[in-house]
Amino acid sequence: MEKTLPKIEIIEKYCKGCHICVEFCPKDVLEMKGFYASVKNLEACIKCMQCELRCPDFAIKVITE
Amino acid sequence: MAFEYEKYLRPGKLPHIWCPGCGHGIVMKGLIRAMDTLKLKKEETALVSGIGCASRLPGYIDCCTLHTAHGRAAAFATGVKLAKPEMNVILVGGDGDGTAIGGNHFIHACRRNINMTYIIMNNYIYGMTGGQFSPCTPTGHKASTTPYGNPDPGFDIAKLAIGAGATFVARGTAFHANQIDKLIVEAIQHKGFSVVEILDDCPTTYGRRNKYKSVIEMMNRLKEVAVPVKAAEKMTAEQLQGKVLTGVLYKDETKPEYTAEYAKVIERATAAK
Repeated sequence: MEKTLPKIEIIEKYCKGCHICVEFCPKDVLEMKGFYASVKNLEACIKCMQCELRCPDFAIKVITE
Repeated sequence: MAFEYEKYLRPGKLPHIWCPGCGHGIVMKGLIRAMDTLKLKKEETALVSGIGCASRLPGYIDCCTLHTAHGRAAAFATGVKLAKPEMNVILVGGDGDGTAIGGNHFIHACRRNINMTYIIMNNYIYGMTGGQFSPCTPTGHKASTTPYGNPDPGFDIAKLAIGAGATFVARGTAFHANQIDKLIVEAIQHKGFSVVEILDDCPTTYGRRNKYKSVIEMMNRLKEVAVPVKAAEKMTAEQLQGKVLTGVLYKDETKPEYTAEYAKVIERATAAK
């Protein structure tokens, strides 16, 4: 079965660059690009939603089907 | 599917004022998820807070909100609950607001066992006013007013609440984000005064003075010190040294609830006329 990839939306206006999403992602999907978090490797995402759950700034949304 | 936090937030209020990595945002998300689980109506929910970083929380959530004097959240909330007992009254605040300036109101709200939920975000410090030590700052730790280490022993908020007569006491941490909403749901459902203490991180005024290199290190410390109540039963006193119990610590459903008791007083007084 083909793996469906989620859409990870990062709202830069809200992101304060705290690194929480990057550090607690178990699959190393995210990275810091300058001040903001950004998606590095979407293929590895397992939709665990840890980044969305932990982001204190409401800046990440993991949109799955 | 992504959780729709927006439907509980006041439009145009984000980004919030909390510092990068502050756990208050994580607690606010937990509270919103709990409100969603319980399907609380906005017009039947009152969020009451005092002053402080954590007390800014009601400003962001779209329901009945009350931002009151420093430490007086419990006093104002008692008024709201007595005037409208059908309201779901939720108090939010920090450790300084709740246990120092509002310590008196806090213990008496616990004693009365009035049906409200108090969410205390314990970040061990007064964040907003510049990092003064609070009653929860651990012994030896540094704050702007204790640059050589705090000589005072810290409060254990959960034990204080149990001792004062609260009938539901739970503790979570900002690291265990999944558990926060579950504890808050259980606390709101409880008939009586419920206290949920959430251990939090303050990287700006507490972390940097106490040699925490990053927000991640502070979060990992919360992970290390937290021990679930059930796991603690199998551990020795030595193993529990320096650990903090998390989960539902105390629950008593036998104690009479204050608004119900007060309604009886009104009934008796009306009959005596």
